[in-house]
Amino acid sequence: MNPIIKVENVSKTFHTKGGEVTALQDINLEIEKGDIYGIIGLSGAGKSTLVRCLNLLEKPTEGNVFVKDRNILELSPKELRLERRNIGMIFQHFNLLMQRNVLENICFPMEIAGVGKKEAEKKALSLLETVGMEEKAKAYPAQLSGGQKQRVAIARVLSNNPEILLCDEATSALDPQTTKSILELLKQINETLGITIVVITHEMSVIQEICNKVAVLETGHVVETGTVEELFRAPKTEQAKKLVYTGTPLVEIMKGEREIRITFEEESAFEPVIGNLILEFQTPVNILYANTKNINGKAAGEMILQLPEESDVADRMIGYFHSKNIKVEELTK
Amino acid sequence: MDSTLVTMLLEGTKDTLYMTLVSTLFGYVLGLPLGIILTITDKDGITPNAGIYKILDVLVNLLRSIPFLILLILVIPLTRFLVGKSYGSTATIVPLVIAAAPFIARMVESSLKEVDKGVIEAATSMGASTWTIITKVLLAEAKTSLLVGVTIVLGTILGYSAMAGAVGGGGLGDIAIRYGYYRYQTDIMIVTIVILVILVQILQGIGMMISKKLDHRRV
Repeated sequence: MNPIIKVENVSKTFHTKGGEVTALQDINLEIEKGDIYGIIGLSGAGKSTLVRCLNLLEKPTEGNVFVKDRNILELSPKELRLERRNIGMIFQHFNLLMQRNVLENICFPMEIAGVGKKEAEKKALSLLETVGMEEKAKAYPAQLSGGQKQRVAIARVLSNNPEILLCDEATSALDPQTTKSILELLKQINETLGITIVVITHEMSVIQEICNKVAVLETGHVVETGTVEELFRAPKTEQAKKLVYTGTPLVEIMKGEREIRITFEEESAFEPVIGNLILEFQTPVNILYANTKNINGKAAGEMILQLPEESDVADRMIGYFHSKNIKVEELTK
Repeated sequence: MDSTLVTMLLEGTKDTLYMTLVSTLFGYVLGLPLGIILTITDKDGITPNAGIYKILDVLVNLLRSIPFLILLILVIPLTRFLVGKSYGSTATIVPLVIAAAPFIARMVESSLKEVDKGVIEAATSMGASTWTIITKVLLAEAKTSLLVGVTIVLGTILGYSAMAGAVGGGGLGDIAIRYGYYRYQTDIMIVTIVILVILVQILQGIGMMISKKLDHRRV
């Protein structure tokens, strides 16, 4: 099946007072129907510009964007407005209408689409139930917490039955607990309604929590794409490594010694690998960092080890990990 | 105070209110669309258009820099054409509207530019047309600020209408000049000023009350 979103050689240049700024350069992406596709990068990488190219809030300077095999750059203004109803978007700062109450906010996209008032309100109430906010129907945004506002924004975006949902740093203004609940809600929407979700974030934890695929963006280039498992187990590029290893502060300090990073899946996590290793070689290793993360519902562990100075022992240890089907990466050259 | 004086002051108050309210109304008929166009055609507006923006921008600045008393005299031919005479309160409405419209356009522009860009972007992402964004996002979200603007405009136009008294414009300003100034009847001048102060207070009070009541941005 063809991808639901296909980004083809997209570049975007901004003309500013200080000259031309290239925000995106030759971006190619394919997003399949039903994906929760993460686009991760540090601030200034061009993530927000890229996601805005998917509904043409920003017009690419070059390239094409296909949504369901239609090049949206060729649509007339009217056709584009219709297409946008199919591509919902939620934002970091929620962007609710402050002078409308919750129910009226959710009715707004349906007003634009010309849905009757009665019908719109009925639908809005059922959507409020979906996001767990039915008691706040008459409240105004100013009376809600950040998490509640994002729930309202999600209900609002669902009111037009979109097939695609773009999330622009949707959890970046929220605390970790609220972030988790919003991500769960997004995942539930993806599973029950089959909506394809594109998530823009600078946090690896968000990607690990809900995404199945990921693209790493750095200074306007896609440097790596793949499944989230692949990225976590074996990041190929420097930029991806930087993102995956966040939360492993010791790595920098201990540089110079021979270090490896091992990752293992649920099954291998049961075996006392490190214990067995030390028994076998009769040489200790130093555990610098260890963590288990939940990636798409599966437990995945990572550990950073400092190996003995003697290179033959270290090499054999790496061989040992390989024999146990554990992924090994050398962190020091 | 004798009854003719009271009648005259009452008439003057009525004339002043009539000039102020009607001028403000017509001022908005011209100034509101002008303010909207200034907002949306500005470079970070929803339909940027440097040409239209520049022309209106210069026109508004030009009209606003002409002192009101000069404007009053300058537009006499137009006033004669529209009203049939160049004195009295109805005639004063013409220069008042011309002075108010550009002022109102700027007030509207500044109110509409306060609307969060993110909310406009959200509406665009939902497939809203320019017209929908103007009516349901810009005007609706800025309504309290627009109302505060109306009260400021009313106060300013009231002041202008009193100024028009200098050239036979009618209303309380006219009375203050003719009796208080030319005939040295200070008491009459003070009474008219007190009435003007009370009018401004009432208009301001009502405007603020309504706008506060309509504002949902604060809990």
